[in-house]
Amino acid sequence: MEDNTSYWQDNLRLIFICLAIWFVVSFGFGILLVEPLNEFRLGGYKLGFWFAQQGSIYTFLALIFWYTKKMNDLDKKHNVEEE
Amino acid sequence: MSGVDELKIYTWIAVGGSFALYFAIAWWARAGSTSDFYVAGGGVTPMQNGMAIGADWMSAASFISMAGLIAFLGYGGSVFLMGWTGGYVLLAMCLAPYMRKHGKFTVPEFISDRYYSNTARIVAVICLILASLTYIIGQMKGVGVAFSRFLDVDYELGLYIGMFVVWVYAVLGGMKGITYTQIAQYCVLIFAYTIPAVFISLQLTGNPIPQLGLGSTLADGSGVYLLDKLDTVVTELGFKEYTTANMGGTLDMFAYTMSLMIGTAGLPHVIMRFFTVPSVKAARQSAGYALVFIALLYTVAPAVGAMARFNLMNTIEPAAGQNLVYDERPQWFKDWENTGLLKFEDKNGDGKVQYTADSTTNEMVKVDQDIMVLANPAIANLPNWVIALVAAGGLAAALSTAAGLLLAISSSISHDLMKGVLTPNLSEKNELLTGRIVMTIAVLVSGWLGLNPPGFAAGTVALAFGLAASSIFPALMMGIFSKKMSGKAAVSGMCAGIGVTMLYVFQHKGIMFIHGTSFLGDMGPNWFFGISPNAFGAVGALVNFAVAFIVLTFTGPAPAHIQQMVTNFRTPHGEIAKAHDH
Repeated sequence: MEDNTSYWQDNLRLIFICLAIWFVVSFGFGILLVEPLNEFRLGGYKLGFWFAQQGSIYTFLALIFWYTKKMNDLDKKHNVEEE
Repeated sequence: MSGVDELKIYTWIAVGGSFALYFAIAWWARAGSTSDFYVAGGGVTPMQNGMAIGADWMSAASFISMAGLIAFLGYGGSVFLMGWTGGYVLLAMCLAPYMRKHGKFTVPEFISDRYYSNTARIVAVICLILASLTYIIGQMKGVGVAFSRFLDVDYELGLYIGMFVVWVYAVLGGMKGITYTQIAQYCVLIFAYTIPAVFISLQLTGNPIPQLGLGSTLADGSGVYLLDKLDTVVTELGFKEYTTANMGGTLDMFAYTMSLMIGTAGLPHVIMRFFTVPSVKAARQSAGYALVFIALLYTVAPAVGAMARFNLMNTIEPAAGQNLVYDERPQWFKDWENTGLLKFEDKNGDGKVQYTADSTTNEMVKVDQDIMVLANPAIANLPNWVIALVAAGGLAAALSTAAGLLLAISSSISHDLMKGVLTPNLSEKNELLTGRIVMTIAVLVSGWLGLNPPGFAAGTVALAFGLAASSIFPALMMGIFSKKMSGKAAVSGMCAGIGVTMLYVFQHKGIMFIHGTSFLGDMGPNWFFGISPNAFGAVGALVNFAVAFIVLTFTGPAPAHIQQMVTNFRTPHGEIAKAHDH
């Protein structure tokens, strides 16, 4: 039981980190901070516009795969893998 | 052979060939058990599931309408791009793995187990049916429209053909047949979407990758960036600057994006797909793969939108003051005028086309957003086989989503209402038969709705997301992340969440969207901090959470065995992982 609890705490920490990044790239860079970021450029893209229409989606992808990998490690570490 | 005939032959080959493929798969993957019928036997690999989710998720709206919306909204269209992809992060981390571990067939079933209540189950079934039915109307209309525009088949006949095709593989194969046809449909739709985009990007910027082309300089040797040029062109005609055009203000964009994200994570036909994989690990992975396959379309869409707008502006006014002469308009212009989706009115009588933001001088009185994807290949003078492919792709997108929704509806009725509540003694064989009968009825009902679309059809898509966001998503989140959350509290939260959302939407758009019954009274439109009705699901979700936790403090926590159940489904290891064999 205790093992489960620390597994859950580790999972929650991981989710929190991921969702913080998820929030920053989309709601932060894509919406709230779009104007200041648009002062910078990425090729033909204004940076804020790029985050809103491209960058946030790429970050979401990276986040899910990173989380999946970390969770597989956590499952092993806490010995709660599926049979 | 004239170009028009050639196009028609190519289109019949593309559409007929893809349909033959779907039938062949349906026969090969027919369902033999309820487990096959509801969850494809639980043996779908994460990659396959990811593709199937992609096809399930990307509807006629994603394929046909989204790029057009972005073309006219510019930066404001970003809410759809972020909103309809960000939900997968929530699914991967907060919902799918635990719901898969619990191992049941449907979303209402999970809710009824977790909240030990048939009331909760019935509330969930109602939300599910409302959300899914409103969605299907759009798909059925999409099928009819694709047939009538590309193949000169009657709208009605086109719809009947579409109904028949979906019926064959959904009834025969259930989730198993749907899964494997969706994989094929994904391939068809993604080719159909990206190939024209690659051609157009190459034409305009010399870069074959649309995502990079959008950020490149124009190929005309001017060295000017495509987006900068587009900004200049549209602002000169009085439109808002493409890359900064806001939609309804920052807070509204924030709430809109949030509503779409949590609505996505709460839509039952998507969640259901995670029950088809063999393990918790595979559930996490398939969310990742799903987003890969979805992102392939969603990162191309902004390029399609911007480039289509660019080409449209360029056709009408190739250089400042040199407007298109109406009598010399290209063939696609005439074709779309015939459909009524494009309308020209020579207001100043000079025989030329003026397209401006000012409604008194603008002569392009109607440019329907749906044209942008469908006419894009023709506007860019692409070969006929590419145009034929777009027709098959649009049909694949509409049919695959319709099938997923039909399955969500029929399983919620045969499994949740019949087997779960009304006739618990139903044998597996009879449950399977019931599922197939309900599916047939659902096909007929949605076909009927497609033929007689209720006046509120357009408005209800927003309602579908609002419902999912304000009722199902919070209920699932609290069920997983709060052990103490009780049935009473969750049901109160769901009702409150749906209640305020529906109230706000109806207040603006009329009761059940009936014109003239809106009751804003002294309050102006979007009175709640400028938030539009479409974006209100996020507020509804907050109300849901708040009410649930308040009721929880007054009525006491969930019983110990339920809390134990939560502990169990939070870890991949241990019992109930094999609950697929009921």
